[in-house]
Amino acid sequence: MVQRLRVRYAKRGRLRFTSHRDISRAIERAVRRAGIPVGFSAGFTPHPKISYAGAAPTGVASEAEYLEIGVVAPCEPARLRGDLDASLPPGLDVLDVVEARAGSLADRLECSVWEVRLAGADPREAKEAAECFLAAERVEVERLTKKGLRRFDAREAVVSLTAHEGTDETAGRVPSVPCAILRMVVRHVTPAVRPDDVLTGLRLVAGFAPPSPPAVTRLAQGPLDARTGETADPLDLDRDVRGGETGPAVRHVADDR
Amino acid sequence: MSVESLFPRLEPLLPRVQKPIQYVGGELNSTVKDWDEATVRWALMYPDAYEVGLPNQGVQILYEILNELPETLAERTYAVWPDLEALMREHGVPQFTVDAHRPVRAFDVLGVSFSTELGYTNLLTALDLAGIPMEAADRGEDDPIVLAGGHAAFNPEPIAGFLDAAVLGDGEQISIAISEVIREWKAEGRPGGRDELLLRLASSGGVYVPKFYDVEYHPDGRIKRVAPNRSGVPWRVQKHTVMDLDEWPYPKKPLVPLAETVHERFSVEIFRGCTRGCRFCQAGMITRPVRERSITTIGDMVEVGVKESGFNEVGLLSLSSADHSEIAEVAKGLADRYEGTNTSLSLPSTRVDAFNIDLANEFSRNGRRSGLTFAPEGGSERMRKVINKMVTEEDLIRTVTTAYGQGWRQVKLYFMCGLPTETDEDVLGIADLAKKVIKAGREATGSRDIRCTVSIGGFVPKPHTPFQWAAQCDHETVDRRLKQLRDALRTDKEYGKAIGYRYHDGQPSIVEGLLSRGDRRVGAVIRAVWEAGGRFDGWSEHFSYERWMSSAEQALAGEPVDVDWYTTRERDEVEVLPWDHLDAGLDREWLWQDWQDAVSETEVEDCRWTPCYDCGVCPTMGTEIQIGPTGRKLLPLTVV
Repeated sequence: MVQRLRVRYAKRGRLRFTSHRDISRAIERAVRRAGIPVGFSAGFTPHPKISYAGAAPTGVASEAEYLEIGVVAPCEPARLRGDLDASLPPGLDVLDVVEARAGSLADRLECSVWEVRLAGADPREAKEAAECFLAAERVEVERLTKKGLRRFDAREAVVSLTAHEGTDETAGRVPSVPCAILRMVVRHVTPAVRPDDVLTGLRLVAGFAPPSPPAVTRLAQGPLDARTGETADPLDLDRDVRGGETGPAVRHVADDR
Repeated sequence: MSVESLFPRLEPLLPRVQKPIQYVGGELNSTVKDWDEATVRWALMYPDAYEVGLPNQGVQILYEILNELPETLAERTYAVWPDLEALMREHGVPQFTVDAHRPVRAFDVLGVSFSTELGYTNLLTALDLAGIPMEAADRGEDDPIVLAGGHAAFNPEPIAGFLDAAVLGDGEQISIAISEVIREWKAEGRPGGRDELLLRLASSGGVYVPKFYDVEYHPDGRIKRVAPNRSGVPWRVQKHTVMDLDEWPYPKKPLVPLAETVHERFSVEIFRGCTRGCRFCQAGMITRPVRERSITTIGDMVEVGVKESGFNEVGLLSLSSADHSEIAEVAKGLADRYEGTNTSLSLPSTRVDAFNIDLANEFSRNGRRSGLTFAPEGGSERMRKVINKMVTEEDLIRTVTTAYGQGWRQVKLYFMCGLPTETDEDVLGIADLAKKVIKAGREATGSRDIRCTVSIGGFVPKPHTPFQWAAQCDHETVDRRLKQLRDALRTDKEYGKAIGYRYHDGQPSIVEGLLSRGDRRVGAVIRAVWEAGGRFDGWSEHFSYERWMSSAEQALAGEPVDVDWYTTRERDEVEVLPWDHLDAGLDREWLWQDWQDAVSETEVEDCRWTPCYDCGVCPTMGTEIQIGPTGRKLLPLTVV
């Protein structure tokens, strides 16, 4: 492997219904069509060297999914961005590519920013529910996982949670429908706390029950900036080195080599 | 009149169903054409789940060919799972195409490809969801022409009441011809309405329109005669045969789905037809003669297909792939081209001989040698003579010995149970064969680390085969023999652990038999099953034998026939069979003779290498065997 490239991509519109397995198949084929010199694992069934970090669930859109590709010939990140994007179906869109310089990408994805669009929900009620949720010490929720029904706290992982009024996407046709938009920053913990768990929590603490299924989008992933309570760009650490700047990334590079 | 996309109404339902991506469309190489710019619009359906239907070659080929026509558009639709069906009913969302999510009822033609009869109930679901009357007789001017194709359409009589038309054989040219008839009829202002359109299609000789044929019955239930009830309609409807496969190199741009499907590979048909003459094999009988695609066209199709799709596996399809006259050159040429690229090659449907091991070795050049599959089909020498599967025990042992000796660790053997004249001993012969295979393998390798899997299913007599007159074996006998075989394999101390056993229960075969050799009266059974909730009959978790039997009893109550009459009853030579007016080219007297030869254990050679035995296809259809060798070679790919 001569180089590893880190890719940020979006999963938009209808493509939000892809599962993680669907996406990995689509990416592998797109890589092959685009002629990207991806490396393969050794062994009887060689697998392309593509690793995925923290994929968004099926049905959830995302502006910030990440993967890493190992290549056997050097690739210019900007060119790879264009080639891979052109080869992927519209809706799986490549947004950013950097050459990996430092440490583990997965380790930098400490938290996610989620937007939850609730068509038909009253923004005021949403706001009150969010305040109730934040005021609680713990909010125990249940979710059916592959291992059965699990019970866990959904409160602690939530760094911030706000509600505001939005324009519903279908508002053009149904002007009277109000829309509440939740925005939350949630830490990646085990078991994972997902936006639906927070919605379950809102129902439990405040009886808040939106009338239609939520439309969820991951807006960002990255390290938590303790000062702002927001995420930073996880690829900046790789980029800083390329720009010749000094910073924490330099130490990572030293570790890596 | 433009047609709106149903997607905004479908989208809110998708988070509530399993694998929503299958309903979204947008596959790589899919096509959405402007509705208003087309005059002939086809909805192509594969009546099973998306994961099974999407890879279907027939649908992909027609989809591409029709969309290449300037005034024609084609979109695809598949059977929706019961979870979405319930939501669509609740929210009034009709059956939709996955390409532009247009309502199926808005199209001119709903073309349904039936590889198997077990998709019939799914046709009814789609019609009902689409808002198209289920019975063809109830359809109006605004409803599409419901047209069946695929192998099961060689006897469409059980679904004749639900169809407006059916087409037999290769679809490439006839689908274009049908489009042209529709285009002209529309351009003329639809004279005579739907009825005239169907008459034009029927009188062209290439389309079967069931309503133009009356079926009369004897009091005992047998068919008395089938005759046209209109002038200008042919007495017999002929199948279609594409004669030059190199002129039709489809699919050129294979559909690449986002959802996971049953075949994740680029497939190229390397020839059509098979004259090995296996008497149980409907595909081999109805697709004659053999027409090869040339080595260079195969090479070009693989090159373009792999590049356009990004698939990392290539399948070379046909009914007996190793029989291509230049298969060794194809195998070597492709293996050379793709060496070191992680693109793997597969060759399904091979026969039992050592030559196939060489091919398999070529195909697995840098991969692993895991498993090889052979299909002796019958357990005893006698049984294999009856079915004309010309494989001796010696052949099989020699072949597997070579395979194990060259590093293959696992051999899969396919068999059928319930074949005509079969006895318990014939089936138990499978156990002996499997033990000999393991014994030979152990001797060849000096290792005990080899396996053999026996896979066995129930035989269903099919129309247009020598066994069309045969009594189907009852499911009790099939199940009893399968159990005996299992016990014979399991209890063997020396070899039992090295032999795996997979089998299919006998009951579904009886339903398949009813649908395969049924006549128009079986339509009421299908409808009753559907009304009782029957869906996805090809899936064991959805299939209910009890539902089929109770519905058949109810639907056939006033008739002199029942399920046994259709399945386990042997027919005599003069009985009119429900598909006798549908012409696959096979001479009925030859079929009968071949049936007699089967019973007397007389084998028939392959007409590719021995003189013609007058099956009738070539002279009737104006076709001929087309095989190589061409003497051409595959050149290495040039890197751009």
